Amino acid sequence: MSAEPANAVALELRDVVKEYTGGVQALRRVSVDIATGDSVAVVGPSGSGKTTMLTILGTLERATSGYVQVAGRDIVKASDSDLAGLRAFEIGFVFQGFHLQDSMTALDNVANGMLYTGAPLRERRASAKLALDRVGLEHRTTHRPQQLSGGEKQRVAIARAIAKNPTIILADEPTGNLDSKSGESVLELLHQLAAEGATLTLITHDEHVAETFPRRIQMRDGEIVGDARP
Amino acid sequence: MSVAALKRSGGFPRPRRSGRDVARLPPHELFGVALQGLRTRKLRAALSALGIAIGIGAMVAVVGVSASSQANLLSTIDSLGTNLLTVSPGTTFFGSNEVLPNTAVPMIRAMKNVQLVSGVYSVPNANVFRTPFVPSEETGGIGVDATDPELVKAMNSSVASGHFFNAASENEPTVVLGAAAAADLQITRATGHVQLFVGGTWFTVIGILNSMTLDTTLDDNVFIGLPVAERLFQVQNSPSEIYVRANVNDVSSVSNLLAATADPQNADGVDVSQPSDVLEARAAAKGQFTSLLLGLGAVALLVGAIGIANIMVISVLERRGEIGLRRALGATRRHISSQFLAESALLAVIGGVAGLVFGAIATWVYSISKNEPWVVPVYALIAAPAAGFVIGTVAGLYPAAKAARLSPTEALRST
Repeated sequence: MSAEPANAVALELRDVVKEYTGGVQALRRVSVDIATGDSVAVVGPSGSGKTTMLTILGTLERATSGYVQVAGRDIVKASDSDLAGLRAFEIGFVFQGFHLQDSMTALDNVANGMLYTGAPLRERRASAKLALDRVGLEHRTTHRPQQLSGGEKQRVAIARAIAKNPTIILADEPTGNLDSKSGESVLELLHQLAAEGATLTLITHDEHVAETFPRRIQMRDGEIVGDARP
Repeated sequence: MSVAALKRSGGFPRPRRSGRDVARLPPHELFGVALQGLRTRKLRAALSALGIAIGIGAMVAVVGVSASSQANLLSTIDSLGTNLLTVSPGTTFFGSNEVLPNTAVPMIRAMKNVQLVSGVYSVPNANVFRTPFVPSEETGGIGVDATDPELVKAMNSSVASGHFFNAASENEPTVVLGAAAAADLQITRATGHVQLFVGGTWFTVIGILNSMTLDTTLDDNVFIGLPVAERLFQVQNSPSEIYVRANVNDVSSVSNLLAATADPQNADGVDVSQPSDVLEARAAAKGQFTSLLLGLGAVALLVGAIGIANIMVISVLERRGEIGLRRALGATRRHISSQFLAESALLAVIGGVAGLVFGAIATWVYSISKNEPWVVPVYALIAAPAAGFVIGTVAGLYPAAKAARLSPTEALRST
């Protein structure tokens, strides 16, 4: 895959409809561009379709109709294994629930983030070490998730997302399970990572979190109802 | 260090990239993932592997026990010697019995490479009774054979009590009992005071034989000397069976010449066989496992397989979050299904190996108690883990497919 030129569109939705079985429309003809390197918050109440949008951008689900482009790839035409490759190399996810494996050390949890790239374990661990340093957890490498605080867990999860050096970071309510202090520091870390070049899209229902982003997309009932750009 | 700085310094290694980024999970990584999955739930893994272990252990024990008994039987046969050949009259084209000429025994005795020859001549119409007052139809199925002093040596048997004929006693009305015949007649010791009523004449019991493993049909008979038989019962000097001990290295050459030597006029009418061969074949057939026990093992295996399938289904449901995460990290559906298949197969292979050990130990205990050699067939060493692998793979098919079908987003939403 060739590197995207600067300021190219990292994520693009064009008239995207997502309909779940039973006829529920989670997205109704949504169109949005997110440029490479942008930081965007998607805000909306629960049920507004913001998570659905993120999973479509993250290629975890396919749109019912419409055009989707991620990291220069036409997602509609791509095969499932192409999409998996895209997720393995280009997209880093951060979830509200951390999704760390309790049986593994922080280092191996982070190294696991690169498992499906086919990189050998030694290389994965080396990258994981750097990523943990980056999120300020160099002293926690051998700890297991249950020995970490909520904020630390989310930092490990962020390290896992960035260890493979993705071009796109997608975060789904990353501060939702954290107290306000750790939430703030996690948010700050994400902003720093975005400043270093990654495209960051973050979902939140918390206006305070959204306010820290230069661009805020408002969603309601499966439609974009506001797009505040700097 | 910032990510950008890392990128510039090349210190933050980006996975190697080819023209297309393809998600991969090499086999050794898959194995690691499966192992990790099992290690996370050790007790559960151990319990479900136990089901397979019991099934495979039962089967290995059945196979091992029968192999041990068989090995024991074969070693017994070996100790009795494989150089015994039997010569008997065949049947004619029309189904009637051939008759061996009375020169057969001396002719064979004169052959090269022959160590011992003993002829057995059936004495027709002679029955054996404890007293003359036993009704004549109650023969007990005991036959009377005339033979020479070489029989016991040729059969590599021995006398349990008393002694066998010698050159003197074969001329006298003396009788030696086969092991089974002695048991039927309820005679346990040959003291020289017991007499039997054989074909209307009193015979003194001078010996009781041990079983003749190489031809157990002889055990049902009683033996009298050939000269006595000729004198009292007008036995034709035509042997019904000739036992020949050949030199160990010349068994086949002797065997090839026996028919023509026994009856030069009609070699086709002579049957030559090697009892040790027949017994070995019979031992091999006997060594086939008891199908009932094997069936029980199979049932245990089936239950074990269902247990594994059940545990794997539960595992898939519990690990939705992990499955969703793996999909987000770049796993294809196939990676997910192979992970669960590999876990299931690994679980059952571990069960298979444990079963092999259980079975081998059970066989060992059995062989010690029976004083038999300890034999676990070599194929079991491969078959046990292989059976585990197959069972685990089959049991894992449904859970693996279920895991692969899970929607990753749904899985990720569960916190």
